[in-house]
Amino acid sequence: MLSRTAQIRLVSSHPEVYDPCDDSFALVDALLADRANLLEHHPSICMEVGCGSGYVIASLALMLGKESSDCYFIATDINPHAVGVTRKTMEAHGCHADLVTTDIASGLEKRLAGLVDVMVVNPPYVPTPEYEVGQFGIASAWAGGENGRSVIDKILPVADKLLSDKGWLYLVTLTANNPSEICLQMMKKGYASRIVLQRSTDEESLHIIKLWRNLDTQLEDGILTGFFAFSHGQITCAFRGRWKQSQI
Amino acid sequence: MRLLTHNMLSSNIKGVTNGFPLLIEVEKVVEKQVDFNEDFLRNMFPKIEWKALVEASRTMGYTELPENAESSMLDSDEFLRKFHHALIELHLEEGALVCPETGRKFPVNKGIPNMLLHEDEV
Repeated sequence: MLSRTAQIRLVSSHPEVYDPCDDSFALVDALLADRANLLEHHPSICMEVGCGSGYVIASLALMLGKESSDCYFIATDINPHAVGVTRKTMEAHGCHADLVTTDIASGLEKRLAGLVDVMVVNPPYVPTPEYEVGQFGIASAWAGGENGRSVIDKILPVADKLLSDKGWLYLVTLTANNPSEICLQMMKKGYASRIVLQRSTDEESLHIIKLWRNLDTQLEDGILTGFFAFSHGQITCAFRGRWKQSQI
Repeated sequence: MRLLTHNMLSSNIKGVTNGFPLLIEVEKVVEKQVDFNEDFLRNMFPKIEWKALVEASRTMGYTELPENAESSMLDSDEFLRKFHHALIELHLEEGALVCPETGRKFPVNKGIPNMLLHEDEV
């Protein structure tokens, strides 16, 4: 059987590029757990911001299987070495993604606005002194500034701009990033959310959040319903059913 | 860099209002054969700025694309083949993308465009 995730032995590496680690595996596991929904979603554009080694976007392409050949994959990283490594990783798996060296999605925001159906982000989330944020090289893979939120808080408005009406965002966060606060903040913009995977490792407690536009409710209603959605997975599902109906 | 990527990029320099499409400076073009996939082309067609694709493909030495295109043309196999070739088989391997307003060059090396800005451009 064909593998549904990228194989570590085929993932390229470079001294200045973050190798796949617990956070990358957690994100890919969350995507795998949601694979049936992803297949049903029929994304036409999938994007990864901060692609690093390419392990995540290659895995996403592989798990979408035949669906992936109809889909446009695009990935960015601020680290030029990472973009090069991602290309090799994709090639080794027989996949293709368009690659751009850029800060988050700078240069793509205008044309990709409202077009991205699936966005995956494993941001630099480690709390660090602010001056370490945005450095070139491998530090850009983890340095997240105060509460590890500096880069996340820049990515969220960009994601809001790029996601299509049916767009989904999968975001890796750490407890220190205050994921529930991230969800509440996005609910004010009309997003529902759910923690799709929670995993504690020796060093950190990871939360993979899935966010999607909740077209039914706005503002206060959105906060209220969204909060329940965040707290109770089942309500989220009902909620999504309603959203789907409203699309027909 | 495929012309599909070029079609999605705009100049991101602060203050630039009309940063699309980026002009292309060609040093090296390569053609890579890609499996033909009609569904992919149909998915992408409404998202493509056609004139920018026509101009870009001409700069890369491919002149077969019609000046204008509409969705009914997707029923033509000949049209689809040309669209396929221009969109995903032509690669700018080395060269630059040039901001149409400021002339600032964004390098393309080993097929990857670099849109990183200097501090005074953000």
